[in-house]
Amino acid sequence: MSDVKSKIRQFLTKYIEHNNFNDDDHLFEKGYVSSLLAMEMVVFVEAEFSIQVGNEDLNLDNFKSVDAIAGLIIKKTDN
Amino acid sequence: MMDIQTVGVIGAGVMGSSLAQTLAQTGHDVILIDHQDEVLKAVKDNFIKNVRLQMMFSREPSKEDPQDVLDRIMFSTDPSDLSGARYVVENVTEKWDIKETIFKALDEICNKDCIFASDTSAIPIQKLAMLTSRPDKVIGLHFMNPVTLKPAVEMIKSPLTSQETIEVSQTLLRQMKKEWIMVNDSPGFVSNRVLMLTINEAIFLVQENVASPKDIDRVFKSCFSYKMGPLETGDLIGLDTILLSLEVLYDHLKSPKFEPCPLLKEMVAKGDLGRKSGKGFFTYPA
Repeated sequence: MSDVKSKIRQFLTKYIEHNNFNDDDHLFEKGYVSSLLAMEMVVFVEAEFSIQVGNEDLNLDNFKSVDAIAGLIIKKTDN
Repeated sequence: MMDIQTVGVIGAGVMGSSLAQTLAQTGHDVILIDHQDEVLKAVKDNFIKNVRLQMMFSREPSKEDPQDVLDRIMFSTDPSDLSGARYVVENVTEKWDIKETIFKALDEICNKDCIFASDTSAIPIQKLAMLTSRPDKVIGLHFMNPVTLKPAVEMIKSPLTSQETIEVSQTLLRQMKKEWIMVNDSPGFVSNRVLMLTINEAIFLVQENVASPKDIDRVFKSCFSYKMGPLETGDLIGLDTILLSLEVLYDHLKSPKFEPCPLLKEMVAKGDLGRKSGKGFFTYPA
């Protein structure tokens, strides 16, 4: 799990200048990234973790924080 | 009012491609025309990704396969493919010469009942209507970027636009699940008469070193609760389009307040066009 989160954080630092955000911070509401970045997150998650994000998981809530993205990855990997 | 099934879209840039996607996602058959094959190819390549992005924001997620949405679009470099369309929306570059050529060509190609809507940022609709033999069938539909996510459209009627043209356009927008705000014809309409001035003035503030781009936008976001500041908005629209729109406003209204900021001209000349080029007032990693 910590490995998954560190990969996500590494991806996000390309877009967020500072690195002092928490795993449960709402990335869109706090204004760290634009919600238009959500699709880049989907592409990253699919490529990095070799999973397919289906229509049912295309929901901003699944990408709102490091914790949420990690949760989605774990769920998809377990399936 | 009869449903409109097939809609032609001319110009596959930022607005045209997003409009074609919205039309296809709301069940329309779309004929998307651009004179550059590579532009059409880029739209096709990014299409699935963009449909998935729209699904993320939708309150009623679609179960439809993005590929099926893509299949509703016919991509073509030949405007004569529009001969059967009942409704055509023009989204070409904001340059009078290009618009003039397109409207005259459409008038020749399209069925006499076909309605032409222009998604122009600033050119008066009556001026475009007078290029055709059907000025009553020309209207302004100013879509907002990204079309897939914005709920409303600025609808512009010229003094020549007929009631039927207005009603058919409203039917199309209803089918697209969009609201509209009707305004009278004027350069820049309501939206861009105000927005272009705001963005231009924000660029003057950068040039005069009054504040950084980030802080200028923060004033709007944190103090006025805007979702985006003027410079981020400029980057999203495209700084080349901002410059062209200011030039159109200046040409028509002859007021020095619309004179484009030198820094804007410099950035456009350098190719720093905003989000679409990866760099404007902010940077956008590829």
